[in-house]
Amino acid sequence: MVQQLGYLKETPSQTAGPYVHIGLTPNFCGIGGVYETDLGARMVNEQTLGERITITGRVIDGAGTPLKDALVEIWQADAVGLYNSPTELRGSADPNFTGWGRCPTAADDGVFTFETVKPGRVPFKDGRPMAPHITFWIVARGINVGLHTRMYFPEEAEANAADPLLARIEHRHRVATLVATGAAPNYVFDIHLQGEKETVFLDI
Amino acid sequence: MPDRTNRKPETGAFFPRDRQWHAPALTPGYKTSVLRSPQKALLSLDGTISEITGPVFGHSVIGELDNDLIHNFARPGESAIGERIIVHGRVLDERGCAVPGALLEFWQANAGGRYRHKKESYLAPLDPNFGGCGRTITDDEGFYSFRTIKPGPYPWPNGVNDWRPAHIHFSVFGHGFAQRLITQMYFEGDPMIWKCPIVNTIPDRQAIEQLIAPLDWANTIPFDARAYKFDIVLRGRRSTLFENRLEGN
Repeated sequence: MVQQLGYLKETPSQTAGPYVHIGLTPNFCGIGGVYETDLGARMVNEQTLGERITITGRVIDGAGTPLKDALVEIWQADAVGLYNSPTELRGSADPNFTGWGRCPTAADDGVFTFETVKPGRVPFKDGRPMAPHITFWIVARGINVGLHTRMYFPEEAEANAADPLLARIEHRHRVATLVATGAAPNYVFDIHLQGEKETVFLDI
Repeated sequence: MPDRTNRKPETGAFFPRDRQWHAPALTPGYKTSVLRSPQKALLSLDGTISEITGPVFGHSVIGELDNDLIHNFARPGESAIGERIIVHGRVLDERGCAVPGALLEFWQANAGGRYRHKKESYLAPLDPNFGGCGRTITDDEGFYSFRTIKPGPYPWPNGVNDWRPAHIHFSVFGHGFAQRLITQMYFEGDPMIWKCPIVNTIPDRQAIEQLIAPLDWANTIPFDARAYKFDIVLRGRRSTLFENRLEGN
């Protein structure tokens, strides 16, 4: 007999279901008075450093229909490339920037919106700078395990071309699924769950 | 957070997610997944600083009644209708280490199986004293608890006669964004668990059993509320002892 590793198994994911907004953005769906505000509704304040940007987008199913019951979260570095996290050991991030946002997709047109700043570059594991990017996480009814992906910036063609994660995408025409459209300060990032334009999702 | 172990903050990448343990994306028995499941292979990659880091939430974001669903939406002096229960447990990672400071958010139907949502059409009545959401943060040793009423089962449009077993939805933040998890807790002894197409998206019976909270008689409060114990396991992380530390430490 050898020693037992003794590792536990991760709790299995289950779909967020049709009423995820009750739990995570109750004020948005009309349950007032429990929480003062919905967490993640505001990422910036008047003092936040950096270039202000707005990201809008939709989560689109295999029939081309935008999801009205999805929830999107984003996580990103501040304007100089530092994360507001205890595991960020390279320096102190902008205290006026949370780096984390949460937005339900709207009941009428399915659009999500984030008011944030353009992130600085952060290093890959080997020290090479990654291109500026924002991590996205998508949950909804019908999605069994939350989907991770990234948004990159269209004006960063040179940095994107050298980005270690984008370089790993075998089918090169799919790189474009991770690059926003539009131009500063208004970017558009549509996420396609299926089909010709299926977004590259990450197991990371 | 007091550090009794003298360790540096952990910055290792997370263990790869065991995709055989989780539900696949496409599970036709749960019809909504058919058009919402990615069809191409995921791009697998060791975590970078963008996933190893994550937001943390201080106890200051939590209000006094946030972990009490019996009262956090009720009129003064009143309380939600239903079987009074306490749900408690511990958030650990795959190594068995406690996860302190984890934000847990939960939501559920009322005792009759009705959600407070404009899209909800089940004929069971709303409870004017029940909102259906709550949250808490784990303590230094990863423990959490909240008070609520036991949610009712309810029918949903999928098959002709599909019902959800009683369940509570959980959203969990650990220490890194890669650990982000949403799941559902079920109740020991409920025969409807095994009939549910959403439960059955998970291929492994032992994995399903990890979502079923046992009745915790020892922690039941006499003449007040029964307790259910639900431990949650998040992805573990590698030791960084022998890895390059290019993050500057």
